[in-house]
Order: sequence, then structure tokens, then C-alpha cells
Amino acid sequence: MDKVMSNKKVIALYIAPALFLVLALIYVPIVQTGYFGMTKWNGVGAKEFIGLENYMALIKDEMFWKTAYHSLMLAVFSVISLIGYLFISIILAGKIKGADLLRKIYLIPMLLASVAIAQLWLKIYHPSNGILNTILVSLGVENPPSWLAEPGLALYAIIVPIIWQYAGFYILIYYAALKNIPESLLEAARIDGATPWQIALKIKLPLIMNVIKVTIVLAVVGSLKYFDLIYVMTDGGPNGSSEVMASYMYHRAFKEFDFGYGSAIGFFLLVICLVVTWIIRKFTAADENVY
Amino acid sequence: MFKKAYTMLLACVLLLTVVLAGCSGNSKETSGESGSKKTIKFMHLWPQGSSKQQNMIVTDIIKQFEAEHKDVKVEVEVLENEQYKNKIKVLSSSNELPDVGFTWAAGYMKPFVEGKLFASLDDVLNGGLKDSFIKGTTEAYATDGKTYGLPLELNIAPIYYNKQIFEKYNLEVPKTYSEFQNVVQTLEKNGVAPIALGNKDRWTGSLWYMYLADRIGGSEVLNKAINRSGSFEDPALVSAADEVQKLVKENAFNKGFNGLSNDEGKSEFLNGKAAMYLMGTWELPNFTTNEEIPKDFRDNVGFFKFPTVEGGKGDINSWVGGPGVGLFVAENSKVKDEAKEFVKFFVEKWGEQSVEKAGVIPATKVDTTKVELPQLYVDVLNELNKASNLTLFADVQMSASVAETHLNLIQSLFGGEVKPSDFAKKHEDALKKEEGK
Repeated sequence: MDKVMSNKKVIALYIAPALFLVLALIYVPIVQTGYFGMTKWNGVGAKEFIGLENYMALIKDEMFWKTAYHSLMLAVFSVISLIGYLFISIILAGKIKGADLLRKIYLIPMLLASVAIAQLWLKIYHPSNGILNTILVSLGVENPPSWLAEPGLALYAIIVPIIWQYAGFYILIYYAALKNIPESLLEAARIDGATPWQIALKIKLPLIMNVIKVTIVLAVVGSLKYFDLIYVMTDGGPNGSSEVMASYMYHRAFKEFDFGYGSAIGFFLLVICLVVTWIIRKFTAADENVY
Repeated sequence: MFKKAYTMLLACVLLLTVVLAGCSGNSKETSGESGSKKTIKFMHLWPQGSSKQQNMIVTDIIKQFEAEHKDVKVEVEVLENEQYKNKIKVLSSSNELPDVGFTWAAGYMKPFVEGKLFASLDDVLNGGLKDSFIKGTTEAYATDGKTYGLPLELNIAPIYYNKQIFEKYNLEVPKTYSEFQNVVQTLEKNGVAPIALGNKDRWTGSLWYMYLADRIGGSEVLNKAINRSGSFEDPALVSAADEVQKLVKENAFNKGFNGLSNDEGKSEFLNGKAAMYLMGTWELPNFTTNEEIPKDFRDNVGFFKFPTVEGGKGDINSWVGGPGVGLFVAENSKVKDEAKEFVKFFVEKWGEQSVEKAGVIPATKVDTTKVELPQLYVDVLNELNKASNLTLFADVQMSASVAETHLNLIQSLFGGEVKPSDFAKKHEDALKKEEGK
């Protein structure tokens, strides 16, 4: 068997199918999208090559930068929420009663389909029958806001379920990382008289730093290209106040039949994600694992 | 060992090749003459599962057609709405459209007509079919004076109302706009939401705006603004926007309408929380035959025409509405004559049975004395025969990108984020920009 595996031809043959599929289904379309971005195309007729016109228009497009700002807000809130998840995970990983059950409870939202979550939260936010407003009214609030209909609130009202949706995912990652810390290190600290607080801050946190960095990249990139709940819950409305980059791309391409411009947005979105990932990587250059 | 691994590998590669080969299209079946019989390829969007009645009628019509035309065979492909739209797009880019298929009016079919993919159907219309269509329906399928599609469905938008609620507060069906405002105020005072509206979908609010524009400025003012023979900054269009905001201020619509979808808005009407609902006649089955909705409610739904505005130029018999799907014939079809014959046959037969069997109002005139229908249908059909004008839904009339601007502005208008004058100006700008292209 070793002999087979060391044969270069065989290696190439084994790699080929996966490589071919990845190239054909991911990288080729990316290049194509970049090219479509340079055309004027309504999705049906002939493509007309117009060079960088779409990209120039995109840079000047106020609506695009507004959606970019919304995506950025989503990213910021997602990263802030990571602190909360970390805190919860540290408690769960400590030896408390019912940790196992709690962990499962936190994980369940992640198992639901995005559309189901959207429907659930639509019911919660319903202006007259929703549970949220019903509670507010019974608490004596006279005119509770209709959350998804108010331009100033809609974006934040959607960020809440998005953060809620991913809670289980990040908690699971942190929990696993924390459980990986060798017991001997913690015990040594305890013998030296460290308080639980000190153990968490000075020992556990630095040891899972690499995992934290990865989750930051995941949260930021995931937010920048986020689409599903927004599409179902408000469709970017009212009047674009909850539109993010991905939903804007969808609207331009599939609602206004401007596939050229839509492709330009898509390609630009990819570039933004790559740049942001690179920046985060740069600032949080990975250390060697110390234990 | 080596040999075994190698055989496995070869087998895998072989399997993969087969799978990939299966993916590549070999669906190049010949359309046109096969043997002595000619084949018409026909694609429609009423699958047996979701549109059972329509599907039955279509199958029936095809059977009749084949019986009358022994040398022609109709080959059918059925897809669900969204899949259908996608597939048509893919087929058109490779110039392989079916001989006969479904299309939507105006904005949707524009790229197809410009790409010379659809055949002109003027000869079919002039061959005696023209008079059987209701005025204003085929026009929606015309570009530069040529008609490229024949409509099958027609929808107009009356205001439905809950008779029980009206009775409870001693309200009469309003004929004029001031009577209508009285109704709104009375209902509002009594804690009933006067009008059900789900404006997340935006075209729902557009209906209200369109009717007000029609009643204030007459039936042509909006059309003219859109086809650029007039301006969107016409005083009538501005004051219609103003009236919309007045209605919002009077709390005429249910709370949070801008965040609710049409279905959510509709449910306010269906569960008796709101008294009125402006919507297309595609809702009629829900108010007549749909068993899932309590009979008690269904028996209490009536409709009235959008009231006239005092001093306005509008006519109460002018409707906002539009044809739904229509039939097209592909320009490069090899059996064009037979395809046109089939379209003509289809439209005629469809008109005879669609409303009775499927509850779909056809774009051709219906003789209400000959069909057995719930009263609400008969009333609507009678009104339709009296119609003086049919204004096509604004977002369908406009090109896709202007329509998006319009819909977004409608949402802002209802949300009170844009002044009526700016609302008109932004429309004018978008239309001008489109014109300049």
C-alpha cells in the first residue's frame, strides 16, 4: 500500500477528481463572475463588454455603501457577541450541574433551518399579535414599535435573531477548545492559589487564543456575506434600511435584471471578504501553541 | 494489493466519467417533423400537484386539439412557477425555447421581444380573436404596435369588505372618497383597523396609490408618465401621494403594515380584525369556494369599486389590474403555423371553461348567463364587462429597475419618509434616466 501511495501518478489521480470539481464549481465561476461584472447583461440577451464601468459605478453607488455599512454593523455585533459566548462556554466548561443539558439547549437554534428561524421571529415581532409586543403592552408600554416596519429599527431587530442563530455554533467551538486544555495546568494553578477568575482570564483564555482568532474570522466573513434571514424577514426593507451587501446583489441581479452589475457586486464582495480576512490574520498573527 | 487498488481506482474513474457524461445535455430531441407527425413543444407552469384544476383543463384542451388535428402531436413539459422562469431564461440564452410557452406581460417579456425570440401574433389576433378579448388586455403584451403574447388570465382589484363589520357600525358602501373617509374614521374610532395591508411586498401599497392617481387625474395620467408622453410631476400624481399619506396619518391601515407581507396583511382581513382589503380577483376563491376558510366569513364578503374623488377626473368603472400569464410562440419554431393554430385554439377553449372549472377569470369575455358560478364571481364578471378602462399594475408596466425604484418609493411614502413632491421627483428622475439609456 505504501508503494501505491508514494507513486506520483497515483497521487495525482486521487487528487484529480476533487481538484477538478473544486476548480469547475468554485474557481471558474469566480473568474466568470468577475468577467460578467465587466459586461452589460440583463440575463437573457447578449452580453456587451463595457470594461470597468460597473465597478466604477459601484464605487460611487451610495446605496452600495449603505448596505456595506449595514453588513459592517452586523459584523461588529457578531464579534461583540463572541465575548458573551466565550463567557457562557467558560461557565459551561467549569464543573457546574446540568452543563450537558445547557450545552444542548444552546445548540438547538443552530439545528433549525434559517427559514424556520425567520418564520419564528416574524411571529415574535408581529406588530399586533407578536409575543414581544404583547409583553410590552402588558408591561404598560402604550405604543410599542412595529419592529420590522420602522427603518431605524429593522436592521437591529434582525441582528438579534442572527446572533441568536449562531450562539450554539460558537459556544460549541469554545466549549470543545476549553475541554482540550490539559487538566494538569489547571490543577497546578489551583495549587498555586489562583482564583477561578484568574484561571479563566490568565490561563484558559490565552490557551484558546488561536481558536478565538478563527471564530473572529468566521464571524466577520460570515456577517459580510450574510443573506438568508434578511431575505425572508424584511427583504431588505423598509426601503433598503435593512439591506446588506448580499441581498443588494440579489436585488440588482434578479429583481432588476442587471446581472452585469449584480456580478460586479458579487465579485467586489469576495474581494472585501478576502481583504478583511487578510487584515484580521495580520493583526492576530497566530502564535505557536504553548502546551 | 497493488493490482486490486488499481482496479478500484479505474472503476471509480469510469464511474465518474459516466456520471459526468450524464450531466451533459443530450436533450437535443428534434422538434418539428418526426415521421409524418409534426410535434409542438409546449411548456406550462400548472403542475398537477399545485394547480390541479388548471392542469386538468390544459390536458383536456390538448386532447381536443390533437383529436381535431390528426397530424400534430403536442409534447408537454410542466414546471413549477419559479423553476419555469429559470428554465425559460436558460433555454432562451441557447435559443432553444419551446414552440409554445407561457410568458408574463410588459416588463418581463421585453428582453425576449428585443432579443427577437417571440413571434408576433398579430395575424392570430386579426383572424377574428381580437373582439373576444376584454379591452386593454392584449395591449399589455404589445411592443411597438405588435402583440407578442395572448393573455389567459385577467385580474382586477376591487376593495373587498367585511359585511358584518359594516353592518355593526351602520356603514354604507362608499361611492365617493369623502364617504370612504367617513367609513375609515368611524372604524378607526371603534378600534377596528379599517384597511388590511401588507406592504412588505410593496406592490400592495402601489395599488392604493394607483387608484388614487386614477380617480384624481383620470386613467391616462399615470400611463403617460410611465410611457414618457407626460411627467410624473403632474399635480394629480403628487396629490395622490399626498392622499396616501393622509390615509396613513388617519390610521387607515393596520399597524406595522410596512413590515408585514401580503399574506400577513390578508390574515388581518380574514380573521375579521380589519374591515377592508384591496386586492386582485385572484383572491375570489378564498371568499367563495375555499373550504379552508370558515363559511361564516366567506358569506360575509362583498366588494365595491374604488370610490370617485370629488373634483377628480376619474371614472368609477376604471380598474387597476392586469392580465396574468399569456401564451407566446417562439420566433424560430419549426412548426410556427401549427403553433399559432394551437395558441388560438387554446385561448378559445380556455375562455370557455377556466372560470367555471378553476375559478380563473380569463382575458376573454365571459357570458355570465351560461356559466354556473358563485354570486361574487358573477358580480365581478358583470362589472368587468362594464369596465371603461384597465390600467396595468404600475410595477408591471415599468422596466425592472424603474419598478424597483417605484416599489421602494411606495414603501417610503407609506412610511412617511418621503414628501409627496420628492416622491414624484424621484420617479421622474428614474424614468428619465431609463429613457436616456
